[in-house]
Parts: sequence; C-alpha cells; structure tokens
Amino acid sequence: MNKAATPKQLGRLAAGGLVDRGQPLSFSFDGRSLEGYAGDTLASALVANQVRLVGRSFKYHRPRGLLSAGGEEPNALVELRGGARREPNTRATVAELFDGLEAVSQNRWPSLRFDVLAANRLLGPLFAAGFYYKTFMWPAAFWEKVYEPLIRRAAGLGRIATGPDPDTYEKAFAFCDVLVVGSGPAGLMAALSAARAGARVLLAEDDFRFGGRLLAERRPVGDRPGHVWADEVVAELKSMPNVRLLRRTCVFASYDHGVFAAVERVNDHLATPPEFEPRQRLWRIVSRRAVVAAGAIERPLLFGDNDRPGVMLAGAARAYANRYAALAGRRVVVSTDNDDAWTTAFDLAAAGATIAAVVDSRESPPVSAGAGLPWMSGAVVRALGGRSLEAVDVRTAQGGAHRIDCDLLAMSGGWTPTLHLTSHQGARPRWDERLAAFVADQLPSGMAVAGAANGERSTAEALAAGARAGMAAVEAVGLRARAADLPSVPPEPTAQRALWRMSGSAGKSFVDFQNDVTTSDIELAEREGYRSPEHMKRYTTLGMATDQGKTAGVNGLALLAERAGQPIGRIGTTTFRAPFAPVAIGALAGPHCGAEFKPVRLPAAHRWAVEQGAVLVETGAWLRAAYFPRSGEKDWLEAMTREVTTTRSAVGVCDVSTLGKIDLQGGDAAEFLERLYVNGWKTLAIGRARYGLMLREDGIVMDDGTVSRLGEQRYLVTTTTANAGSVFQHMQFCHQVLWPELDVQFVSVSDQWAQFSIAGPRARDLLRAVVDSRHDLSSEAFPYMAAADVRLADGTRARLFRISFSGEFAYELAVPAAAGERTVRWLMQAGAALGVAAYGLEALGTMRIEKGHVAGNELNGQTTAYDLGLGRMLSASKDFIGAVMARRGALTDPGRPRLVGLAPVDRAARIGAGAHFVAAGASPTAANDQGFMTSAAFSPTLGHWIGLGLLAGGPERLGEQVLAVDLLRARSTLVEVRAPVFVDPAGDRLRV
Amino acid sequence: MRYSIFSLLGHALAGNRRWTPAWRDAAPKAGYDIVIVGGGGHGLATAYYLARMHGITNVAVIEKGWIGSGNVGRNTTIIRSNYLLPGNVPFYEWSLKLWEGLEQELNYNAMVSQRGTLNLFHSDSQRDAFVRRGNSMRLHGVDAELLDVPALRRLVPFVDFDNARFPIRGGLLQRRGGTVRHDAVAWGYARAADRLGVDVIQNCEVTGIRVERGRAVGVETSRGYIAAGKLGLACAGNSSRVASMAGLRLPIESHVLQAFVSEALKPVIPCVITFGAGHFYVSQSDKGGLVFGGDIDGYNSYAQRGNLPTVEDVCEGGMALMPSLGRVRLLRSWGGVMDMSMDGSPIIDRTPVDQLYLNAGWCYGGFKATPASGWCFAHLLAKDGPHPLAAAYRLDRFAAGRVVDEKGQGPHPNRH
Amino acid sequence: MRIPCPHCGPRGHEEFAYHGDAAPIRPDPAAAEAERAFGEYVYLRDNPAGLHRELWYHALGCLTWLIVERDTRTHAIRGVAEARANHAQGQAAQ
Repeated sequence: MNKAATPKQLGRLAAGGLVDRGQPLSFSFDGRSLEGYAGDTLASALVANQVRLVGRSFKYHRPRGLLSAGGEEPNALVELRGGARREPNTRATVAELFDGLEAVSQNRWPSLRFDVLAANRLLGPLFAAGFYYKTFMWPAAFWEKVYEPLIRRAAGLGRIATGPDPDTYEKAFAFCDVLVVGSGPAGLMAALSAARAGARVLLAEDDFRFGGRLLAERRPVGDRPGHVWADEVVAELKSMPNVRLLRRTCVFASYDHGVFAAVERVNDHLATPPEFEPRQRLWRIVSRRAVVAAGAIERPLLFGDNDRPGVMLAGAARAYANRYAALAGRRVVVSTDNDDAWTTAFDLAAAGATIAAVVDSRESPPVSAGAGLPWMSGAVVRALGGRSLEAVDVRTAQGGAHRIDCDLLAMSGGWTPTLHLTSHQGARPRWDERLAAFVADQLPSGMAVAGAANGERSTAEALAAGARAGMAAVEAVGLRARAADLPSVPPEPTAQRALWRMSGSAGKSFVDFQNDVTTSDIELAEREGYRSPEHMKRYTTLGMATDQGKTAGVNGLALLAERAGQPIGRIGTTTFRAPFAPVAIGALAGPHCGAEFKPVRLPAAHRWAVEQGAVLVETGAWLRAAYFPRSGEKDWLEAMTREVTTTRSAVGVCDVSTLGKIDLQGGDAAEFLERLYVNGWKTLAIGRARYGLMLREDGIVMDDGTVSRLGEQRYLVTTTTANAGSVFQHMQFCHQVLWPELDVQFVSVSDQWAQFSIAGPRARDLLRAVVDSRHDLSSEAFPYMAAADVRLADGTRARLFRISFSGEFAYELAVPAAAGERTVRWLMQAGAALGVAAYGLEALGTMRIEKGHVAGNELNGQTTAYDLGLGRMLSASKDFIGAVMARRGALTDPGRPRLVGLAPVDRAARIGAGAHFVAAGASPTAANDQGFMTSAAFSPTLGHWIGLGLLAGGPERLGEQVLAVDLLRARSTLVEVRAPVFVDPAGDRLRV
Repeated sequence: MRYSIFSLLGHALAGNRRWTPAWRDAAPKAGYDIVIVGGGGHGLATAYYLARMHGITNVAVIEKGWIGSGNVGRNTTIIRSNYLLPGNVPFYEWSLKLWEGLEQELNYNAMVSQRGTLNLFHSDSQRDAFVRRGNSMRLHGVDAELLDVPALRRLVPFVDFDNARFPIRGGLLQRRGGTVRHDAVAWGYARAADRLGVDVIQNCEVTGIRVERGRAVGVETSRGYIAAGKLGLACAGNSSRVASMAGLRLPIESHVLQAFVSEALKPVIPCVITFGAGHFYVSQSDKGGLVFGGDIDGYNSYAQRGNLPTVEDVCEGGMALMPSLGRVRLLRSWGGVMDMSMDGSPIIDRTPVDQLYLNAGWCYGGFKATPASGWCFAHLLAKDGPHPLAAAYRLDRFAAGRVVDEKGQGPHPNRH
Repeated sequence: MRIPCPHCGPRGHEEFAYHGDAAPIRPDPAAAEAERAFGEYVYLRDNPAGLHRELWYHALGCLTWLIVERDTRTHAIRGVAEARANHAQGQAAQ
C-alpha cells in the first residue's frame, strides 16, 4: 500500500453529503491505492480522489471520464474483483464501494493513460459506421485467418472470469397487490398510499438507499432535506407488515400477466458473500398492479468532442456534490437547453466551485435564476483538452465566439423518461413535443407510470402523481384509499426547449459514447439508406452497447428526424427489450448449476448398488447401475460378459424400477386399452400379461411395454423408462380430450413400485426362496406371461410377472418402493447358493439385442410397426390411435429400412451403432446408403459383436452381406444380414 | 458502386459525403412478372437469384416494414450443414457452399466465419445418434469429425468437464460451420438485387391475395394493388396469415423463439457450441458479445416476445455448460415468430392455388438456409418445378407420409 | 404467462404442457375419406393471429387438460375451461 504523504480525497468537500465519514474504506483503481467512505460508489470515490480518466472508448480508444452518476453510465466500465470472481464491464457508478475493492480499467493497452490503440483516431474517417461491410473481403481466405482474429482481439470490453463462478445465486417468488418500481418522490408516495390502504406492497429500488433523486438534491421536501423525508417514509413503510422493501433490487423485465423479474444484489457490496449467503437473488414477482416510478435519464448535448473527461451530465455533477460531497471540478461551465441544469449551477456554487458561465440555448433564463451567476444565451460548440477538459468554445445567440477556461462542463440536453418496463410487452411510447420526450402511450394492463418517468418532472408533480397512482392501484384491487397529505416543496422551474445539436461544431460529436457512434455516422447511415431507426441502429451500432442507448437513443432519433425533415414522432423508436440493465447469467440460472443442474432420480435399490461397487450411468434423470465390476476385471466388457454369462447359465438380478408403471382401472379399461394400442386386449385373461405397441396418431411407433390384467377391471400398464411421462400424458389426453365418456381411472405408480428382473435357468428356484410358499410357481400354475398379486415369505405385498426382456426364463418382481432395498438384498442373499449375479444396463442392453427386442434406439420417432417387424400386431378390426395413418403406402412400403440383425463376417471385428449400410462393393456415398445400425453389443453368448439395424428391404435380404461403413471412426466392416434374433429364436427358454 | 478498401479510402478522403443509398427504396409499380412477399433473407435472396441465375428482373420484393426486420435482423447467426436426413443434407450443404463465396458474390462483407460448430453428447444413445448423423454427413461428402473428451478439453477448455450433472462424453464437430453477420445478409442481397433491377419495396403490407378462377393474380397492399404473374410467399412466421388470404391452411404453427446476447467480452469462445444435456447453444460475435439461445417457449405466439421461464432455462443450460458464465451479464433478449412445421423441415413448393408458391416452415433454422432457400425458390418460380436439392420439401409430403423428421418428434410443431 | 387453472388457481405456464389448437376434432376412422380427414386433423392448422382455443395439460399440478382461449398477439387469456366438460358440451351440441 502506498503510504507516501499524498493528500487524500482532494475532491471531497469538507462537509455534507450522505457518505459516512466515520467509515473510511480503502480501494484500488488500476493498482493505485485510494480512499473513500461507506456510502460512496466507486465512481463517487474516484471523483473525490480527482481521478478523471476512467476508461477508453470501444472503437477509437478515446480517453473517457464519468458521464453520469447512475446506471446509464457508458464510459466508466471496469473489471471488478479478479480471478474466478472477475466481473467485466461493471459500471463504476453503481458499484458500491467496499473495503479492499479492486477495480481495473478495460479495453486499453498498455495503460489507461497511454493506450496504443488510440492511434485508431488517425484513421477516423476510414472507421466510419459500417466500414467493415465494405472491405475485408479480399483475399477471401484472409477473413478467418487475419482480419477476424484481429478484429476479435481489438473488440470486446472486459475479460471473462478465469474459472467457475464460486458464488451461489438464489431464486425467490414474491406475490403482491402493488409493485412500485423506484423510490423517488413518486414511488415513495405511491407505495405509501397503497400500503396505508392495506394493500400488499413491494417497493423495489435499484440503488442501495431509498429516495431516488431526493438523495441528490438540496431542495427541501416538507421543510426538511429530501433524504430525511424519504427516510421517514421508508421507516413508516418498514413498520407495516403488508410491505416488502427491496433495495439494491433492479426490476429489469415486465412479462405477461403481471409477472416481473428483478435481481437483488444481496452481497455485491461486500468483498465476498458471507458463508451460506447468495451473491444475488432473482425475484419472480407476480403483481396485480404496478406503478413504474423509475425516473428519467438525462441526455447529453451534441457538440464537438463532447466526450472529453470533465464533460458530465449536469444532474450527475450535482449528485456527486450533494449526495457524495465530491466535487467533479473547481471551475465550472453549465451548458443547457432547459431549466433543470441551473440547479446544478447553484448547487456547485454553494459547494464552493466557481461557475464560469451558464450557457443556455434559450433566449432568457428561468425566472428564479440569474442572481449571481454569469450566463449567456448560446451553446458550447467544442470541448477542448487532451485527457482532461481545459476549456470550452461557446457560440452565443448573437453569433459571438468565446473560449471559457473550465475543468468541468455540466451539460444537459433534457430528460428522457425511463419507461422501458412499459414497453417490454410491445407497446410503443409516443413522442410528446412539449416535453421533448417519449412518454408511455398504451400501457400493459394493470400498469401505471408516475413521476419523471411519465414526464411529471418537478418534485411536486411527482409526489402528486405517485399518490394518485398508488390510490388508483389499490382501488383497482378492491381496497379503499384515502388521499395522502402531500408534503410541500418549493417551486421548481421545468421548462425546456430542445436544442439537440449545435451545428457548426468541429471535432467529433458523440451520440453513443460507448460504441463511439458520432453524428456523422448517423448522417452517413441515413445517406446510405439505413433510415429506419432499426436500420440506423444496426448499421451504426448506436444503442447496442452495454448501456443499450440510455443516453443515446433519443439523440439518435432526433438526428434521423432532422435529416428526414420529419418530426421525431413520425420516425418512431426502436424496441425496448428486457433486461432494463444487464443481469448476471448466474442470477438467471440460480442454484441449479453444476451437479445440481437437474434433479437426480435414484431407483429403489440405489444404495445397495453403490455398496456393490456398481459403476453408475445417467439415464435421463436417473442414475442407474451400468455394471458391477468385480476385482480383477479390467474393464466394463469383462464385467458385462460375466453378468450376461451368469444370467444365461444361472440367474441374474437387475433393478428395472425406472420403467413407467400406470395403474388403470374401470369398467371401460379394456376398451381404453384397445384404442391406445395397436393390438387387442379384450381377450386378455385375468392373471395374464401381454406385450403392447402404441403408435402416434401419424402412425409412427411411440412406445412399447406390457400390460398385465390383475383383476376384472384392474390393469397394470408399463412403459419404457424414457417415455414414462409422455405416455402418461398421452393417456390423459386420450381420456380427457378424446374419450371422456369412457369409464376409466388411472394413476402413475412408477415411483411407488420397485421392480427387479430375475432371469436365468435358476430364476424359479430363486423366486421360490423369497415368494410365499402358498403361491404355486410351477410352469402349469404360473406359465409364461402370467401376472399376479402375491406375497413374499415375509409378508411383503408384491406383484410377480413372468415376462422376459432378456430372453431367458425370467420374472419381474415388483414390491412397494420402500421395500425395494431390503428385497434386493434378500434376493442376492438367497441367490448366493444359486450363483446369482447382479447385472446392470450394459448386460441388460446386450441381452435384449441378443433377443432382438426393440428399445430406444429403434423407437426413434421415425420407425413404423412394419419397419420393426411388428406389422402383424396391427389389428384390422378396431380403431386405435394411429390406425388410419399407419396404413398409408409410404409407411408400409417394403423398401423402407426395416429391422434386421447384423453379425460381422470376420467374427473378430467390432461394429458400432451409427454405421450406415451400403451394398458390398459399393462406394460409401449417400446414393448408396441403405440404412444404418441402430444398436450394437459384444455378445458373450455368441462370442462376437452383433447388431440390430434398419436396412432397406431388410427381411427379404437375409443371408446377404453388406458393408457397415463408419467413416467417422474410419471403420468399414462386412456384415451378414440375419434375422433379428441371435439367441433362442424359438423362445424355448421362455416357456420352461 | 463497388465496395473495396479503395472505395472506402476514396470516400473517407471526401468526408464520406458521396456515398449513395445501398438500395433504392423503390415505389411499387402496377405489376411485376414475379412478386415475392417478405423482405427477409429468404425473400431477398430469392429475388437476387431470380435476376442473377435466371435473368428474371421484373421482380418486386414486398416487405411490410423495413427489410430484414424478422429473423435475419435478430437471429443467433449460425450456419452449418450438420443434418441427418438425405432430404436435408445436400440442401444445407449447398447453402454452406454458397455462404463460402457469398461476400465476393454480393460485394458485401457478411463476415462469414467458418470457425466450427460443435455438438456435445452426454450419453451412449446420444453418441449413437450423433454417429449416425455424422456418418450421414460424411456419406454426403460433408465434413464431420467425432471428438473424444481429451480433444474437447483442448478445443473448449472453459466447458465444464469435471463437475457436470451430465458429463460430456464427446462431440460432433463440423469445422466448416460457423457464424455470419446476419443484418449484412439482408442488406447485401438487397443491394445486389437492386443493382440487377429488382424493386425492393418497404413499408408495404400485403392485406389480401386476389385469386381469380383458382389462380393468384396479385396482392392488395397498404400501398395499393400490385399485379403479379407469379406470387411467391416468403413470410416465415407470418406464412399462415398470408396464405390464409388465398384460402390455404398450412401444416405450420407460429411460435416464439427467444435469443440473447451478453455484454461484450474479450475473445473466449472460438466456435459455436451446442450443449447436449439441455437445449442451449452459444457463440461469440466479432464485437465480443456471447450470442446464445435455447428452446422455443412452446406455445403459439405472434407477440415477438417470450416469458421468463425460458430465459431461466436457457441460462441454466449456459451455466451447466460453462460455469464461468456466472458473472457475465445478459445484455439484451429478443423474440421472433417461428414458422414451426409439422415435421421440423421446410416447405418450398407450389400450392393448390395456381401461380402461388410457398417458401415456409423453417422453424428456427432458416438463417443458415438463406442462400439455398433463395436459390431453390428462385428455381421453382422460374421453372415451375422443384430444384433437385429441395425435392423433399413438398407440401403434400405430410398427407402422404413422406415427412422429413430429423428429431423424430412427429406432428408436434413445438417439439421440433 | 399465468394460466388460471380452474382447480389450482393462476399458475405459471411452465407447470403446463402445451398441446396446440383445440379446434381439430378427431375424425371418424370408419368414414369414407378417413385418410384425408385424418391428414388434415393431424397436420393442418389455422394458426391464427388472434383468439386461439388451445389445449394445455397441467402436468405439474392437477393433471387436468384445459382449453384456454388466448390471444396469440398479446397473450391475454380470455377464458379457461376443462377439456372434458367442453367435449361433453360439444357432443351434446351435435
């Protein structure tokens, strides 16, 4: 830390302001150690330390100082913090000062004072708007190799953080009757009126302190300082249980039906958030009524070199003096086309600055002005100086020219109401000639605007308008409001006559400061035909910087209007879009990031699987066991091979709890099934299961599963894991929308039942060890495709299904989910003597491929029942979803790719899903493409790789050899076309 | 006047005062041989290729607002030809080839940047689907590579490999894919078409289509009636509204798609990245902003704006892919009207009304198709038969069952 | 958007799944020209800019299918009814 005896805070006034001089804070800017106070922003502290140079502009790298004191700031963008917490493009004017704050300027090299790329200015005319559309085209190869990398390096502003964001973000909902945006005089009165009437009120204020512009003004309200009155109102609001106050909260978007989005900077004013606290919080606000009291933003005047450090908006100059006790200059010129900037002259004079002149573009100053201040009728035409303002050139109304020495030019081109929230839903504002401003025209339902945001500029008008809006809001929600007493305020002149720009200015007149868009750029755009505001914006990039044109938009439109010879109201405006101010992506994402991105669904036997050392794999939201490696096994292939071999020779157990299960009941249950599935259900006996295929209405296969009849009117429907939700929704659609007259009820029981597949020659033995002996599991009593409610030997309710996905002699045993873990442990223990092995998804997948059962890879939303060899299942005698469309010629064309099995001719070769088929000897081109491999696995049972695939005319080509070409993996394998069943094609094992 | 560094220098020396409008803001004539409704990328490209390739210059492009005010004025700038189905791949590949020479063809720098498009996958079944697609591309002679995780760590080191809910298992890369400066496409085609004699007519809204004895003969507009020998519709999200003026119903639903841009950053993302465990994709513009998006909102809309849950979902996807995004700020969002078709693929075809031609159904993927769409639509308008590359994009394919359904989502527009 | 579910009150639209236009009625599969009728039912839509009667399913709530009347230009919701009740009325009207 620099402990030399440099005088500190030379720009700080000896007294006054709302900063807390009892809490000094240390911070650094570009490595320089400085001091400020609690209650400062980084910007006000820089002003207090007389730091004038805060940034370099985007294109020309011109030296820049602070233009404003608020969120509209285009120049003072810094990188705040560092490392993984680095926040590029942070506006110094809204960054609350904290002890140890480190800020670094952006977009300059090697330093702010001396920036090599400032040499750009020498090529100024070449870099006019749109220049890059007219060049960089030759030679063609140079764009990606030379031009673009240079442009990309020169572009951009700040640097992204160096690693994952270590802070957390929260989300919250808030419901209220009246949302008030902004806590200036209008907002406070609106909130007070509404709250006193008993409405649930939410008052949101972007600043860290309530009061809006009252914090920056010396004008008394109700015979006390404005900020004192504001604090009193806040105290009353805080005491009311029906009021929620959110400061540091920016309402940045208005959505349909009273939904608003806001971000609360919970801990951005600290170096790091306290443990367990979020950095920021996203509020989803649902409000019946809203009052937008978001104030107004001052406009720059357009004249030569109006971007010199030391040229500042007039309102900002007095905000720094009044609120922060920081003087931005000692010798001041005020340039204005309206009454408001005169207040700056008075306030700065009272703070001890010398007012060299007030230059007012109108013929006569406001009545209350004049006393003691030198003024002239005219306008500034150029700001002079290098890295800092030294003087201004003025042209008077009479045509005289003056050069006035100064180090601060406080300029005002009028005020633009902040009405973004009123326009997010598409309503366009209208131009008010008298106010020289856009004001809200049509408003979204339930929204009102009050105060400076509605052109009601004086404090008195704002107080009254806020009170009216608050009362109207509560009446709209059915409460009674009493008119609140309005505090008295001294009279305040608010006249304006818009100047827009001073013709005859030499030097560059900046309109969009951040993107370096000048008046000549806009003239050029208009000259080249980019005349509509949207074309002009896109061609010049005006309004596209991080400030989204807050200080530039209206000036740009005024210039377009001037060139077109049209009133501004006829030119229109560009669209206002959310967010009002930039919002951290982390805040919009919230707490669901990293491992928490989506919920994890665990099947009932998860803990047991982990204990067994299972390797887990994500299957949608589920975490399932892929395989259970044993020590000594070198890879998944070895483990899977053992699991398959054990299952096919002894017995295997697999957790299949994730399948969709739907309990269906009712007098018309069978009829309902008839209409959902392609095959018939009326003949399904009680105690039997049947495979079912479901189509979409367009005839394409949607899902498959088994349906078991457990009672007269009771069925259990299963679906694939992936489609559990969508099939359930589809059934609800059919029931409620298509056939509400059917007597059916159904409920999802996917999570209520754990289910295990028990497969292999010894499966019956294993089941007899756990199922209550009263149940006869003999082949006669419980044949293939039997299904029944049973009890386990320990009394647990269960369901037993003799169905097989693996192709082995198999059952599926379902128990209530809570009993899942103990049941699988019991099965494994009872099966130890039988040589039981747990098997996972790898083995499950291999075995179903060996048996030719279609699964997700085949049910890809593009295949028909005929494609999958299931065409016979389609009933010709009933209606079902998809029946009519499935019959179309294009869907039953035998030349379509249809299901076959594949085996490599060279048994040692490996094949993989995604390879395409071409005829043997044909070249691998699209014209020769005959289909593709859908699934592939190494078959331990056969000892080589096998696959399933869709091949044009496949079932008619059994025995043929084709090439499976996998150009991505540089593999081309000759394969033999087979029937899609590799193990036990006759199904003998199933029927033991 | 030709654009080049020399003309740029020459004009700069003259204070940039001698530039003239890039295209004439033409006033409508009483009639044209061909009228194209819709002054977006596709409509303007169509007019250009009609003039350039077919010598048909008595053409008007009619735009209800300012040209390029739809998708081409606010999209996420991606170009690629990494499609799966044989009906799609050659078409998009031809479009990519046209992109590669477009700037020179139009003498307008559209900043075609072939920096690569990368699709990440997170499961075996997703990998299998990507391999199928990559092989389809390669069989069509289109570049595609399968990258493993070590290769991805080198290419996109800022992506979350180690703390992800759905770990990345690999990616499919098309190096020739990339981004284009979208506004420049509209302006470039407009200027080039205008130079060949095409009338680009702005602020001219079609309010009716005049059909006489089953034949489209002209359009009623806010600037009067304009007769048309042939009438081509290229209205994107407004296709149903305009087609209904001729009594047609289309297999299209109009949906809102939101897209986003961040504050400008120094270069960090070198290519286009598509996340595979959530709908999110991102690239970085030459000005430095991250341009990103995700799913459509999911409900019919002409409002050109969406709602908050989608914004949150997209940002969640972004954080899942790239956790260093947390402190990067979303700067602007916008929304447009997407013509979502019943199979996710476009329609370039005649209609049951004579002399009325339709180019629609681009869903949210129309930008990359701009050159080929214009090329094929111009061919259709000029020759009255489909261009071979667009042979699958028939209007009757839905009824017949010959859908071109890349995602396999079926007749649900909001799932494509 | 907030959808006023008749059972659950106004809920965020993210709790619902959207199906689309409620106007298409599933044709009689036994009628002549059924294939053409189904083709229109499955594929063709009015897609209006204006009032749209559409089907939403309260997937994260009461699991009720609703018919919502909403303006597709402004998203303003005019009315909500249970699809099941509406169908019964539709049947009766025939």
